[in-house]
Amino acid sequence: MRTIILKSASSYLLPVLLLFSVFILLRGHYLPGGGFVGGLVAAIAFVLDAFSNGLDKTKGILKFHPGFLMPVGLMVAFLSGISPMILADLPMMTGIWAENPIPVIGALGSPLFFDIGVYLVVIGSALTIIFTISESV
Amino acid sequence: MEIILAIITGVLYASGIYMILRRSMVKFILGIILLGNGVNLLIFTLGRITKGEPPIIDSAEKVLEGVYADPIPQALILTAIVISFGLQAFAIILVKRAYKVLKTDDLDQLNTTDEDS
Amino acid sequence: MLGAVLLGFLFSLFLVFAGSYFRGKLAVLSSLIPLSLFIYFLTFLPEIANGKVIYENYEWIPSFGVNLSFTLDGLALLFALMITGVGSLVFLYTSAYLKDHKYLDRFYGYLSMFMAAMLGLVLSDNIMSLFIFWELTSISSFYLIGFNNDKADSRKSALTALGITGIGGLLLLGGAVLLGDVAGTYRISEMVMMRDVITDSSHYLLILLLIFAAAFTKSAQFPFHFWLPGAMKAPTPVSTYLHSATMVKAGIYLLFRMTPILNGDDIWHTILIVVGAVTMVYSAIHIIFRTDLKGILAYSTISALGILVFLIGIGTQAALVAAAVFIVVHALYKASLFLITGIIDHETGTRDVTQLSGLRKVLLPVAIAGFIAALISGGVPPTLGFVGKDLIYEATLHFKDAAIFLTVLAILTKILLFYGGFVAGVKPFMGKLPQKFEKLHLPSPLMWMPPLIMTFAGIVFGIFPGLIETAFAKPIAMTQVIEFEEFHLKLWHGFNTVLGLSAITITIGVILYFTLKPKHNLENAIARLDVIAPKDLTLKLSEGFAEFSRLWTNFFQTGYLRHYISVIVAFLILLLGYLIFSDFSLTLDFSTLADLTIYEISILLMLLMGVLYTVFTKSRLAAVAALGVVGLSFSLLFLFYSAPDLAMTQFSVDTLTVILFVLVLYKLPKYLNFSNKWLRIKHGVLSVSFGILITLLILRVLKEPKNAEITEFYAENAYKLAHGKNVVNVILVDFRGIDTMIEISVLIVAALGVFGLLKLRLKTRDKK
Repeated sequence: MRTIILKSASSYLLPVLLLFSVFILLRGHYLPGGGFVGGLVAAIAFVLDAFSNGLDKTKGILKFHPGFLMPVGLMVAFLSGISPMILADLPMMTGIWAENPIPVIGALGSPLFFDIGVYLVVIGSALTIIFTISESV
Repeated sequence: MEIILAIITGVLYASGIYMILRRSMVKFILGIILLGNGVNLLIFTLGRITKGEPPIIDSAEKVLEGVYADPIPQALILTAIVISFGLQAFAIILVKRAYKVLKTDDLDQLNTTDEDS
Repeated sequence: MLGAVLLGFLFSLFLVFAGSYFRGKLAVLSSLIPLSLFIYFLTFLPEIANGKVIYENYEWIPSFGVNLSFTLDGLALLFALMITGVGSLVFLYTSAYLKDHKYLDRFYGYLSMFMAAMLGLVLSDNIMSLFIFWELTSISSFYLIGFNNDKADSRKSALTALGITGIGGLLLLGGAVLLGDVAGTYRISEMVMMRDVITDSSHYLLILLLIFAAAFTKSAQFPFHFWLPGAMKAPTPVSTYLHSATMVKAGIYLLFRMTPILNGDDIWHTILIVVGAVTMVYSAIHIIFRTDLKGILAYSTISALGILVFLIGIGTQAALVAAAVFIVVHALYKASLFLITGIIDHETGTRDVTQLSGLRKVLLPVAIAGFIAALISGGVPPTLGFVGKDLIYEATLHFKDAAIFLTVLAILTKILLFYGGFVAGVKPFMGKLPQKFEKLHLPSPLMWMPPLIMTFAGIVFGIFPGLIETAFAKPIAMTQVIEFEEFHLKLWHGFNTVLGLSAITITIGVILYFTLKPKHNLENAIARLDVIAPKDLTLKLSEGFAEFSRLWTNFFQTGYLRHYISVIVAFLILLLGYLIFSDFSLTLDFSTLADLTIYEISILLMLLMGVLYTVFTKSRLAAVAALGVVGLSFSLLFLFYSAPDLAMTQFSVDTLTVILFVLVLYKLPKYLNFSNKWLRIKHGVLSVSFGILITLLILRVLKEPKNAEITEFYAENAYKLAHGKNVVNVILVDFRGIDTMIEISVLIVAALGVFGLLKLRLKTRDKK
């Protein structure tokens, strides 16, 4: 799998793909996309990088074990879920929205943070699975 | 159109069940995956199919109107796909681990809970 | 009161952690728990004696009407004092009896758990919490009876006891739910006011039978009595506590509690009198044939319980007062006799009454206690037993029907109980001391003081029956009897019929004691009749059940995965197939096929070929590649049929799955051909028919009109309420957000599972 083309391409591919995954995540509320797909694309980006540059280097880029993304993501999702209870005294999971839409992202609200939580969990789980397996093979 | 999808769902179920009934563990996993795809297609078909009208509101509109694909089965299947990935990964590793520990691929030899038989 | 109930549970929990300290000398201290509770309940005595009833209510599951409400009236106080009082003495006794036992702390844990459950039972005002405590007593008594868990028959007896009382508990639940439903409340104190509604209800008979079954199993009434003699395998303190004073009285307590609620019809009286009378006479006769001291006591206990049921059945004020007094009498003498038996067993190593004699020479205080206990049991003045016996005769003599017959039965039972009491309490101490027992020493006072205390109490109460009258008899009569009449307990009634009957009882009892000697051949003779005894019949029934379920299980649980799946699939095919074909009306509309474009056809063909190739290829790599093709076709399919989100997700997941497979493929076992041709054909037929069934099912469902209500709601409100235009995403992150959160949690669990399977080594394997 370690061809020169892939190797030289991957150093550009990783940031581009990651940016793309964030783009998919953010546009999800209006157009096809969202946390699940975004997370999977980001995970594929890292896996691709690992294939071309070796697992250790990719881990070096990440700096921390991808497993930590799972509790962080779940926490983000959970906090965004209960934020209406704390901030506005509304039932859990009620969407609360900022007054003015932000360019590119659109309206900013708690569902967006929820989606970010999903995104992080998906990256974390997928990478944990794949990295653990490739390490132990 | 639905007729063909129904038949394909049937094929997916049949091949999934057939694979699950094999004694080889790898075939068993492939069977589970096929069956999972079959279920997704079942839900999708039962939600009625629509060509070229995704459930996305036009940028000028505020309400989804006219002909549109049913978003509920799609939401169901979306999570099902992601979770089935987790399931597959877990099943594959379980098989790998079982193979390593028990040195057998034969499901028929896994019929006891005792460690030493 | 909640604290009082919980104290025992907390103590047993505490023993789990700090048990090792209570195994040695500190064990005595644990009796402070029941003792303090005893004193606590004593403080209520003046209030209750004045006819006051104390309620306490704690919300528990208010939506079901299940609250932790406690009530303390005369009846509850009588039982509470008995539980804690006898409990204190048993706790003391145990510390010497099981001295240096390896699991003494565990024993105390079970014992205090049992005590707490029993307290909860008698204090509960809510019939649901009463049921829960009822079950807790069954469970904790299971541990206590099976305490010597290294012995097979000990375990068996514990199981029998749990089985019988457990069934009773279930029936109680049924009765309680029905009763609560009919009365509209689960509070017992409120049910009393609904008495007419309950007795007139069409469920009345069913309620009655359920409650009776519960009480009879718990209180060892015929034909459920056999678990009690079996439970004598338990250490003696357990027999003392559970089978004389507390647990078996739980059924009596229940009947007592239910008296003002359910006592309205002849059927109540008839059943209770008949069952009680049969039990008391049947087991009283059994006493003659026993040589094991504990066996004698077990049967005399059953007989005494029969008397109590019988008295409650009579149900007049005199009978209920007699029952209340007799509960006290029985607790005092039976607990003492059990403790004495325990001492004898502990010192001589045998409980065979034919081998024991002359022990008074070495165990004098025990002999005194035994003698007094026998007097109380025989109803000899001036003990409380005499008062109790008089009250019983008084009650039977004045019953409206068959008074003479019932009185004769009562006298017969009393004579045999007299005999039993003397055999157990006096005989081992009389006569010549065999040589082998000459070197015996008096055990620690902790063991012989408790029976002495109880028997002296029996005399004190006998001389001053007024104590019992004001403390228990009157308050109980006031709450449990509908029309209360003033009465007085007396030791001496003057010369009347009852006194004559008492004299007859005692005289015949004494004659019987001197003429009839317990012999082994008698015991063996009756053993031949065991075949038709309820015990053997029930055991055979349960063995038959076990055998049947073993066959049934072996038939289905073969341990082969494919058998399970085949059975499930075949069952579904039969069931669904029958449903579909019994109402089969399928009109296929092929006209839509004309709309098929070349793209769709090629996608579907690709999908189909991928599936078939996955199934039939002999190479693993090819199968995985074909599976990848299936996934890709799926994502194209989704894209084509207006599901771009699905297409993207399927595509990414497919990529990851293929990577996953490729990573581990060569670590996975090679394909092997295990199955023969016939098996494959069989499985092929099974799976193809299942596939056809699913196809038909889909076509059938598609004919039904679609309910688009929810879809329309989402389409309408996705932007208005949730500010999103991709409806699928809005459903996922907003409308059904909690579902999604749980789904990502599942994903995390899967990832952790993979991580754990690969990174953590199982400890047991490392050791090898």
